[in-house]
Amino acid sequence: MPRVILAGMAARRFTGGLTEFEVEANTVRRMITELDRRFPGLGNQIDEGMAVAIDGEIYQDAYQAQLNPDSEIVLIPKIGGG
Amino acid sequence: MSFLDKAALKIVGTRPIRPDGVDKVTGRANFGADMVMPGMLWGRIKRSPHAHARILGIKFEKALALPGVKAVTCGADFPEVTPERAHVGAAPANLRDLSRNVIARGKVLYEGHAVAAVAATSQAIAEQALDLIEVEYEVLPHVMDIEAAMADGAPLLHDDIFTAGVEPKPTKPSNVSKVVRFAIGDVEAGFREADIVIERRYTTKPVHQGYIEPHACLVSVAADGQCTIFSSSQGQFMVRAYTSRIVGADIADIRAIPAEIGGGFGGKTIVYLEPLAYMLSKKSGRPVKMVMSREEVFRATGPAPGAIVEVKLGAKKDGHITAAQSILKYQAGAFQGSPVQQGCICGLAVYDFPNALTIGYDVLCNRPKVAAYRAPGAPIGSFGVESCMDELADALNIEPLKLREINGAKDGTKATHGVTWVNIGYQKTLEAARASEHLKAPLGPNQGRGIASGYWHNAGGESSAACHVNEDGTITVTEGHPDIGGSRASMAMMVAEVLGVPFENVRPVVGDTTSIGFSASTGGSRVTFAGGMAVTQAAQKVVEVLKQRAAVIWDISPDAVEWKDGKAYPAGPNAGAFEPLDLATIGNRAARTGGPISAEVQINAQGQGPGFATHICDVEVDRETGFVKILRYTAIQDVGRAIHPSYVEGQMQGGVTQGIGWALNEEYIYDKDGCLENPGFLDYRIPVASDMPMIDTIMVEVPNPRHPFGARGVGEVPLVPPMAAVANAIFAATGLRLRDLPMSPPKIRAAVDAEEPPRLAAE
Repeated sequence: MPRVILAGMAARRFTGGLTEFEVEANTVRRMITELDRRFPGLGNQIDEGMAVAIDGEIYQDAYQAQLNPDSEIVLIPKIGGG
Repeated sequence: MSFLDKAALKIVGTRPIRPDGVDKVTGRANFGADMVMPGMLWGRIKRSPHAHARILGIKFEKALALPGVKAVTCGADFPEVTPERAHVGAAPANLRDLSRNVIARGKVLYEGHAVAAVAATSQAIAEQALDLIEVEYEVLPHVMDIEAAMADGAPLLHDDIFTAGVEPKPTKPSNVSKVVRFAIGDVEAGFREADIVIERRYTTKPVHQGYIEPHACLVSVAADGQCTIFSSSQGQFMVRAYTSRIVGADIADIRAIPAEIGGGFGGKTIVYLEPLAYMLSKKSGRPVKMVMSREEVFRATGPAPGAIVEVKLGAKKDGHITAAQSILKYQAGAFQGSPVQQGCICGLAVYDFPNALTIGYDVLCNRPKVAAYRAPGAPIGSFGVESCMDELADALNIEPLKLREINGAKDGTKATHGVTWVNIGYQKTLEAARASEHLKAPLGPNQGRGIASGYWHNAGGESSAACHVNEDGTITVTEGHPDIGGSRASMAMMVAEVLGVPFENVRPVVGDTTSIGFSASTGGSRVTFAGGMAVTQAAQKVVEVLKQRAAVIWDISPDAVEWKDGKAYPAGPNAGAFEPLDLATIGNRAARTGGPISAEVQINAQGQGPGFATHICDVEVDRETGFVKILRYTAIQDVGRAIHPSYVEGQMQGGVTQGIGWALNEEYIYDKDGCLENPGFLDYRIPVASDMPMIDTIMVEVPNPRHPFGARGVGEVPLVPPMAAVANAIFAATGLRLRDLPMSPPKIRAAVDAEEPPRLAAE
């Protein structure tokens, strides 16, 4: 199953301090839904404030991005820019 | 379809003259302040003289009595932006705060904060009317600096800000709006493992983006509420959405037309004037033009934050770093939301630290709300980390470049913020630095060489593009992003490459919000990546249509047609014997073969590819005057694939120039009352041409596989390394370690005096 990693502090308040866990999902949308079911509020936190790195590639606002069974998904702050 | 084989490219990678160049060098191009309309009024803004004060009342009677004054406005005219309406689309801005930054409600939070606005028949009358607007204030204690704002008992800017990111949730409001934290490994164990640990504190001052064109707009609101905005910004769709939400209008009622832009660097990713001009136009029934003075730009538009950066590094004697820690405190200005989070991430992202911890604080103070500035947050954190790397190298007696080679990130490295790097070019920038002529060049007395590296994420996101084949076979391509760094040329080049036609046959235009689909702003180094992906896909769709049209003309199957070098050919002998059809022929027969030939594409581009850079700087320091001369500078950067190499080099050179200004001279100077004392380019010194040597560039190309041509963003990371590169060069030249920006002549002199106390005149 894809493995989710929280490197930052912002999302940990929803997970009781857990920083790594597996999630049954094959898209980012399904991952968010599943995480919100397990950790209420985390889904909205990801939606509003986070991007994801899937196997090192950055995705932002991308519900349809695909996850592989061995994917590493890192939740990081959303990226803006100048 | 991929175009990653560089050898097969005919146009991408060449250096044609930019399509907008003639207009810009002959003065034909229309910038924000150039537009006029019949019956147009001039708007001006009444600004706070106080750093922090309660607004007790505003009286407009005298101003309205002045002949020529047609409308006035203040915060009371604007709807409250509720938390539910504080965000629109995927845009990052908090529009509740932005609304209160555009026009104050209840309190003014910095000197220059807009309190009211007036529209009159001439600039002189509008200016005169400002003096007739009477504002009664209750002056409040103010706080300007980070540690004072964080201290117990500091004057509070907002009583509804409770520090986020700490547990348990605070019960008292604070000027610290947020604490962020990223960690990898066990940092304390890493420091215990080290043979040497150094800990240093660095500071930076707020600096302005320094765009040459001040903010300007012309807004016309019709009686039925339909509105046209002509303004200079980094995103016409941003202007439309933000203005609509702040004034309470529907997005569909606003048409935003992008003017040419005289620089933005992040500072024009938000609005200041447009909502005010909208309200004045709505009230007066006439178009309203507003143009900021340079003084207003300094007093009221976002700088990059000032900051405190504390860095601790531990290493073995052989140079392997065992632990890294950075504590960053950034000024947010009057509203929350400094880029401290990105400063935390980017400062450490260059290295393979097995154990690392970074903590960031977002600190409110009575200064203008900070705005994005090229790689927002990253240059500040990197100044600390890259300076400290140099100090560690000195302590270990290891060459600074070698220390980076030992610890530099590579594919497979897990960064402190958790991302495992793929397809990154950092090590190649170090290899290029090692091989450069610059590194081998001899230095003279009082001269020194510094090196520093940097990282920026780059960005993707939403972009739209349209590609139209005209009746004569020429091409019009429309993008939805203002062209700041030469994107028209890059877009046209990619389209020409896909279609196989000369660059000159493709004319790029920047569409307004009614002529092209939604496109996110020009920022985050995203346009060549995301916009380029969109125009490439649009051109590829057009190729498919062209093949179908050729098939109709030849009366064969579209599968039997291939497209190469700008012409349709039968795919093989079985397809039939036909003369090739060029674009002009197919375009001219479009009506007979099915109608106009066009394609539009809307995407949300992902996988932008990170940007890494390494810079080498030589300086000469005059110990007597404190003057630092930049002798030579080489910027090395992984650019993915340079679509138009000259404009990539220009981005690198521009970033370096701004970084040198940040390093050596730029700072805001406030008096004890929190009023800015140097709001102009005479007293706020940005680099000029005579300050600078030719900036050499070395483009390392590690193609980004997610982009059809391998492009990755290039516009921001060049601003990340310069401050530390200059500081490290000054140290190499003098043995003096400057940890506080700017490293201006008085600071250099003070450091020299501290090392060699000045002789008394009597001696």
